[in-house]
Amino acid sequence: MKRRDFLQWTSMGLGATMLSGIPLVGKSVPLDAPWYTVDTAIKKQLADIALNAARAKGATYTDVRIGRYLNQYVITREDKVQNIVNTESYGMGIRVIANGSWGFAATDKLDKDSIANAATLAVAIARENARLLTEPVQLAPQKGYGEVSWKTPIEKNAFEVPIKEKVDLLLHVNDAAIKAGADYMNSYLFLVNEQKYFASSDGSYIDQDIHRIWPYFSLTKTDKKTGKFESRDALSAPVGMGWEYMIPREEDKIKGISTLYKKRYDMVEDATQGAKQIVEKMAAKSVEPGKYDLILDPSHLWLTIHESVGHPTELDRVLGYEANFAGTSFLTLDKWESKKFNFGSKLVNIKADKTQVGSLGAVGYDDEGVGTQEWDLIKDGVLVNYQVIRDQAHIIGLPQSQGCCYADGWNDVQFQRMANVSLQPGKQTLSPADMIKNVEKGIYIIGSSSFSIDQQRYNFQFSGQLYYEIKQGKIVGMLNDVAYQANTQEFWNSCSAIADKSDYRLGGSFFDGKGQPIQSSAVSHGSSTARFDKVNVINTARKLG
Amino acid sequence: MAILSKEEAQVLLKKVIAFSKADECEASLSGSEGGNIRYARNAISTAGDVSTLNLSVSATYGKKTGSASINEFDDASLEKVVRRAEELAQLAPENPEHMPLLGPQEYKEAITFQQSTADMTPESRADAVAQSISVSKDAKLQAAGYIENSTGFNAIANSKGLFAYNKDSDVIFSITTRNEEGTGSGYAARGYNDVKKLDTLSATKIAASKANGSVGARAIEPGKYTVILEPVAATYMLENMFRGFDARSADEGRSFMSKPGGGNRLGEQLMDEKVNIYSDPFNTELPSSTWSRDGLPLDRINWIENGKVKNLAYSRFWADKKGVAPVPFGSNIIMQGGDQTTEQLIKSTEKGILVSRLWYIRLVDAQTLLLTGLTRDGTFYIENGEIKFPIKNMRFNESPVIMLNNVEALGKVERSISVESYRSYLIPPIKIRDFTFTSLSDAV
Repeated sequence: MKRRDFLQWTSMGLGATMLSGIPLVGKSVPLDAPWYTVDTAIKKQLADIALNAARAKGATYTDVRIGRYLNQYVITREDKVQNIVNTESYGMGIRVIANGSWGFAATDKLDKDSIANAATLAVAIARENARLLTEPVQLAPQKGYGEVSWKTPIEKNAFEVPIKEKVDLLLHVNDAAIKAGADYMNSYLFLVNEQKYFASSDGSYIDQDIHRIWPYFSLTKTDKKTGKFESRDALSAPVGMGWEYMIPREEDKIKGISTLYKKRYDMVEDATQGAKQIVEKMAAKSVEPGKYDLILDPSHLWLTIHESVGHPTELDRVLGYEANFAGTSFLTLDKWESKKFNFGSKLVNIKADKTQVGSLGAVGYDDEGVGTQEWDLIKDGVLVNYQVIRDQAHIIGLPQSQGCCYADGWNDVQFQRMANVSLQPGKQTLSPADMIKNVEKGIYIIGSSSFSIDQQRYNFQFSGQLYYEIKQGKIVGMLNDVAYQANTQEFWNSCSAIADKSDYRLGGSFFDGKGQPIQSSAVSHGSSTARFDKVNVINTARKLG
Repeated sequence: MAILSKEEAQVLLKKVIAFSKADECEASLSGSEGGNIRYARNAISTAGDVSTLNLSVSATYGKKTGSASINEFDDASLEKVVRRAEELAQLAPENPEHMPLLGPQEYKEAITFQQSTADMTPESRADAVAQSISVSKDAKLQAAGYIENSTGFNAIANSKGLFAYNKDSDVIFSITTRNEEGTGSGYAARGYNDVKKLDTLSATKIAASKANGSVGARAIEPGKYTVILEPVAATYMLENMFRGFDARSADEGRSFMSKPGGGNRLGEQLMDEKVNIYSDPFNTELPSSTWSRDGLPLDRINWIENGKVKNLAYSRFWADKKGVAPVPFGSNIIMQGGDQTTEQLIKSTEKGILVSRLWYIRLVDAQTLLLTGLTRDGTFYIENGEIKFPIKNMRFNESPVIMLNNVEALGKVERSISVESYRSYLIPPIKIRDFTFTSLSDAV
């Protein structure tokens, strides 16, 4: 399904446009169909057909991905179920190198002839493209793992929870929001299960079962008289977990001016507090533009990390492969080579990690059969590394790939995608409350909202869900119409405090778009609450007519 | 074969409907064939061919609806998908907003399909790319681009006798050229139903001239400026507004189309008198489907007429609730232009900025439709009717609604594509006063 068709499925109108990038493919499956995986022995047989066919046609390297992708989306508003989408997409993608060039073809007909034809087509496309090649593909060596497997460590498979339980939960959440004062409430549950089998001519046969879940809502309060309206979105995070994320646990709540959530979410509680907060937000004073010290909660900071650190450290962007769409990067190779490019203050340590438990990006092996790992991107404020895949590793002198390769589906060609990129917690004991005590003029921002950054990742503007004004070390009330603008390097150099690991939480993007044709991937970003000094805040209020 | 003729689609859909035992049944078929090439650093990076054919069935008992889809087309599979939709309908909660299906409708024939585009091959795509890369190499630039062609059809039929069919073709092309030093960048984007209109060579020449022309950009102070938005920039900005031409969200009090005191802004003078925005599926430059997803016929409809809100879309449910006729969203969007070329718009500008492209536009405030984003790939300072020098990119915070109140002049309409959704629009270059830039960007 093309992304532009998605709104047709969800019947969502304005206000939910942030969700318009959600892709959906596949045929529907019954809501009560039992969850299962395909026997690995069958997948190995199918993969071998493709590997042998491609080799026979002259491919010097081949990888095969057999994917069974399950999506379940439950979409409600107020007391109505708008849509329940339950889809399965099953097929095979074959990627080859022939004449030094990449070729790719995919098929959902998994009989011997169709697989062999797809392998032949992939080789033919590689040969066709080779005429416009400037240099042959150079693939970093990768040992074959033999037959191995990996599973997301879930406690309860969300696909095995009855649909009725999910619908009842969302309608209960909506009811709680309306009772607490919201006029409108849209709520969603997004479930993804990727059953991926990877085989390559390097000798790997990798079976993986990957789970992700995202509960989300947006509530709206209107004032018919003035025509004013405000909304407040969920403070949940999309996670690489099972249904256990939906079962609240007191030890995973951070009680403060707003309750915040760690490894478990309380959707009913958040909807109730959100409806109360929206009333306060509507009456809040409009921010005075100027310089403020910002205290950014992890429910907000994840998106700033994603846009200003995650994307510019992707090597394909640095090299120009994304120039025609998302853009390039200001973190050019000379800055990395200098070993002293001052990305941020000395407090700033940022790691890439494809192994973090509970994260969206956690897998055992990436989509070109590379075992996953963790590595430094920014060390004590200095740029030290990028994110690479096999055909890029040699460019920065790495002996092997870091395992950042991903494809949205079996019918999409895999390419470099962002690992989980996270700000490491402060080493000194420090709580957000202690941090606020030291701020004279500041704003405490919770939740993510509007986000925009230039094509080389210098200039950005972000806003949040809740803004609390800090004066002389105390929160004095809510603000509205806040957005902050900064230059990436100046912003990270203004980082003057990071709370300790007891405050560390994950946020993330369930549908991060990249590439042409666009593919989405899911990625988490962790941090503790952090302080940034004297950031430029603008007022976003305008008037029509 | 993923593309079925009208007759083939009708036979298949009739067979599907005949399997149904539900109160109401609707079936839709869609198929597409096409391919793409992506290139960067003056060489192809990826390429693919895609072909899909899909059948979706909705069955309804009372107000309970279930949907199912399948991509297998033997009789047993067709019956299976109908039974599955019926089972799901029995399990589904009642939808109080369900509307009974429409009976047979009259549709005019669309003009959306061109055989030339359907005939494209991996080789012809590679040829188009080779032309673009050669221009880039000659200009000593690095090209990154994308070409994608698709041929598709959609058909729906229901148990009340409605049948609709549409076949279309589309080709999109976009190209970014950058110099080795990374100090200049230019862009061009094209979209057509007919690939014969696509000239990747001249489009790349435009991108190349913007790339070379943008070297040595100077910083100017952010603030309010007169700007000329070229069609590709104006399209991306306005696309965010078109989605809001919806009565329900306005009536519910949560849209820029909501009226203080309740209701919507229908009939209100919301923009400058020069602004006319409409949909017309028979426009020869931007033909589109002649029926909506729920089977309503589409014809020309004005959304904004001389700056007044003339129509808002009403879904069948919302129209029924409000006691008005349903108004489907249009299948294309056209903004009326004027006679002037972009060069003439520049000539009549004392001081201003020419914006080639906008980037990363996101909603800041739904209340006023305030958007933020940045200029990209060629931003130039105009003085006394001439382009004086390239300027550094800037971030803006501006509402398209406020912007269309500040229209100075409209140029000649051009077909253009949105750089994010790849949808095609007909939009003129627009000269606007008091466009708000809020900060400088170092990005090239």
